[in-house]
Amino acid sequence: MSPIALNVNGKAQSVDADPQTPLLWVIRDNLNLTGTKFGCGRGFCAACTVHVNGRATRSCITPVSTVQGKQVTTIEGLSPDGAHLSAVQQAWIAEQVPQCGYCQSGFIMAAADLLARKPQPTEDDINEALSGNLCRCGTYVRIRHAIHRAAEIKRAESVSHRKGELA
Amino acid sequence: MRAEAVTRRDFLKGGTALVIGFTLPLDMACQSDSRPPANPLNAWVKIAPDNSVTLMLAKCEIGQGIMTTLPMVLAEEADVDWNSVRVVHADLDPTMYDMGTGGSGSTTAQFTPMRQAGAAARQMLLAAAAQRWNVPRESCRTSKGVVYSGSQKAAYGELAEAASKLPVPDLKSVPLKNPSEFAYIGKPLPRLEIPSKCDGSAQFGLDVRVPGMVRAVIARCPYYGGKLKSFDASKAKAIPGVIAVIEVPEVRQAHTRAGVAVVAENTWAAMRGRDALVVSWDGAKPEDTTETLRQRMIALADQPGKVIRDEGNASDVIAKSSKKLEAVYETPFLAHATMEPMNCTVKVSSDGAEIWAPTQSPEWIAGAVAQATGLSPRSIVGHTTLSGGGFGRRYQLDFAVEAALVSKAIGKPVQVVWTREDDMRFDFYRQLTYHKMTAALDEQNRPVAWHHRLVSSSIREFWGGKPEGQEIEGTDLPYSIPNVRLEYAPVPTSIPRAWWRSVANSFNAFVVQSFIDELAHAANQDPVAFRLSLLASTRPPKTASDEPMFESERMRTVMNVAAKRGEWDKSLPKGRARGFAAHYSFNTYVAEVAEVSVENNNLQVHRVTCAVDCGRAVNPDGVKAQMEGGIIYGLSAALSGEITVKDGAVEQSNFDDYPIARIFEAPETEVIVIASDKPPTGCGEPGVPPIAPAVTNAIFAATGQRVRRLPIRLG
Repeated sequence: MSPIALNVNGKAQSVDADPQTPLLWVIRDNLNLTGTKFGCGRGFCAACTVHVNGRATRSCITPVSTVQGKQVTTIEGLSPDGAHLSAVQQAWIAEQVPQCGYCQSGFIMAAADLLARKPQPTEDDINEALSGNLCRCGTYVRIRHAIHRAAEIKRAESVSHRKGELA
Repeated sequence: MRAEAVTRRDFLKGGTALVIGFTLPLDMACQSDSRPPANPLNAWVKIAPDNSVTLMLAKCEIGQGIMTTLPMVLAEEADVDWNSVRVVHADLDPTMYDMGTGGSGSTTAQFTPMRQAGAAARQMLLAAAAQRWNVPRESCRTSKGVVYSGSQKAAYGELAEAASKLPVPDLKSVPLKNPSEFAYIGKPLPRLEIPSKCDGSAQFGLDVRVPGMVRAVIARCPYYGGKLKSFDASKAKAIPGVIAVIEVPEVRQAHTRAGVAVVAENTWAAMRGRDALVVSWDGAKPEDTTETLRQRMIALADQPGKVIRDEGNASDVIAKSSKKLEAVYETPFLAHATMEPMNCTVKVSSDGAEIWAPTQSPEWIAGAVAQATGLSPRSIVGHTTLSGGGFGRRYQLDFAVEAALVSKAIGKPVQVVWTREDDMRFDFYRQLTYHKMTAALDEQNRPVAWHHRLVSSSIREFWGGKPEGQEIEGTDLPYSIPNVRLEYAPVPTSIPRAWWRSVANSFNAFVVQSFIDELAHAANQDPVAFRLSLLASTRPPKTASDEPMFESERMRTVMNVAAKRGEWDKSLPKGRARGFAAHYSFNTYVAEVAEVSVENNNLQVHRVTCAVDCGRAVNPDGVKAQMEGGIIYGLSAALSGEITVKDGAVEQSNFDDYPIARIFEAPETEVIVIASDKPPTGCGEPGVPPIAPAVTNAIFAATGQRVRRLPIRLG
């Protein structure tokens, strides 16, 4: 078994794992990043969602060998600068979304990907992008509200960023 | 040792005491009322010299927000600054805490004790300040973690050590705040643990990491009570990372299965190792299938059951009536399907055990681990992690006992991980039920008789106690009907069953609130007006002497508020309709209006309006969240929840064949929390029962199709 080279949350890593090992278990067991969750192991619930090159990906059905040379981002690395929460995370707290919270890393990663692609998502966009994510506590209504709020936060941030550049 | 010492009083409702074979020593496991009062500055409010305040949570956070609700109550009376507190799960300590979390009972049971503990802590701090300054205690006052007297002041941190050595005031007479002065209670405060659930730092059971820990995945006998015949571990052991393959004996008292554990350095290797195992099971395979059980229930429902309630003479009145209704209702077995599959981490050594568990019953699992390992209960250290959902499933002992047995066998700390398939197949399911309903209307279209014959796979037949003990809750319709008869018969089965969020209320509300809707339509009356006209003042009767009495006016209020805010009287376009249901459970009043459309037999629930009276809402936003969640949980079951059985084994395995509601199925939901100064009542479960009948009543209004069997299948 030769070591597998990974880039996770901007950091180069080398792990000893079978190439077929799902990325989820490398993240959780080898790298001890436990924010990414195991829910079903078959890609049905998306609790394991991470970003691979910025796109929401189910890590439980992604062999680790397929992400070599790509940028993997987990919930722990979602903050743009490591100090401030991302717009989606801020909105999630403001809307008091989580109950048990187990599925929320996956939802937040999926929502961040959606907003990167569609800064002003419609209800249909949200339903489509998050249809693979399951929440058993029933936080869906708050998730919808939080995504709209995150979109507003991002717009406000980009306006103030532009103002800052002008100044 | 007393078996009842660590049982939860909520579980005593409606039946005999739950018999559990595992106990903690008597002096460790007293009933809360006989337990000597703990020093509140040791047990509940820990103040460090640097003024940091740690509030102890002695219930389990399973998503219901109790980690914020109870500390709010403590902080209120202790008068500490909410912005500076932190909250931690208390470790197992039955001399001080009763951590069992179920029956929607935490806030109800703990509201007053937490007020008293906080108030006592404050009194002790006041006394310490008065001593220090040599001033009368009456001259001292507190404000947000500081004691003042005249021009002097001292932060709690300066006084805590001296205060903790003072006598504990009598908790029953310690002065409490006037509710009009509440600063935290009744305010929608943000939940303390939510930020950690948004950045990946929250620690659930599967996130426990212990030095030297290994993982295990267990192959279990697919049918309950089966034995291990033989296994071949050679292929499993060939998987890199697999350390050991061991037999895990069945522990009947904890309802674990006979199994074979694959122990490995990491989770994936343990899973692959189990896939490579060759196991054969011995024993009499149960013949149960869902359909044979159903046939037996149909036969049982043809005969009179045990009479549970008999007022007037329902059978005669119905037999002689010219306007009678008959209907059969059915509900399936259901799995809990928490998002975090069952798991537990245990370190057994020669002189004790340490448990890290996502659980609803820390005391029970400690007792069960002690018994299964032969260790002294006193040697058990128990840590409660966050739980990725509970819904009743985490009241069980099986996952903890398995982990303890594996750890003991291999001499290492172990995390036993259940796959989703394990979680789905080895659950303790909601009961399978069958209801034969008959009723009669008189000449004026008033209901005069109601006969409910209920057959189910009784929880108590599995656990011990009166068979009807946990089957009949919610059959007590709150309506004035002069002749009412309730009969019950259990159907035997080997399928394990237990408490599923709202327990019997979940199916009885569906039946009662559907059948009353049938009566309203038969009487040609508006379903809400019909229910309101029948509201009685005395039903349901109290099931325990310390329970509050059902108050019909509170039910009337939630019904009226839900109907108004849900625009019950406004017309809708063709194909869209509203349905209504109201149910009283866990001493809480809930009414729900569902707005649905049906096109080509495709159902969409667009909107739900819910009004709830749960007494004083400690954290109103938390109450709303629980209602929103209960609605989705109940809707999920109504839309697609169904566990089926073949040869005694569960056929479903994952979210493809046991679908749960997804975001596009979630209706826009409004929750109205009725302002109240009555004592707080349950919130975790009462949102569930009304949603299925509200939706199926709406389907009837939209299409004329009466759904009498769940899950909903149209066409």
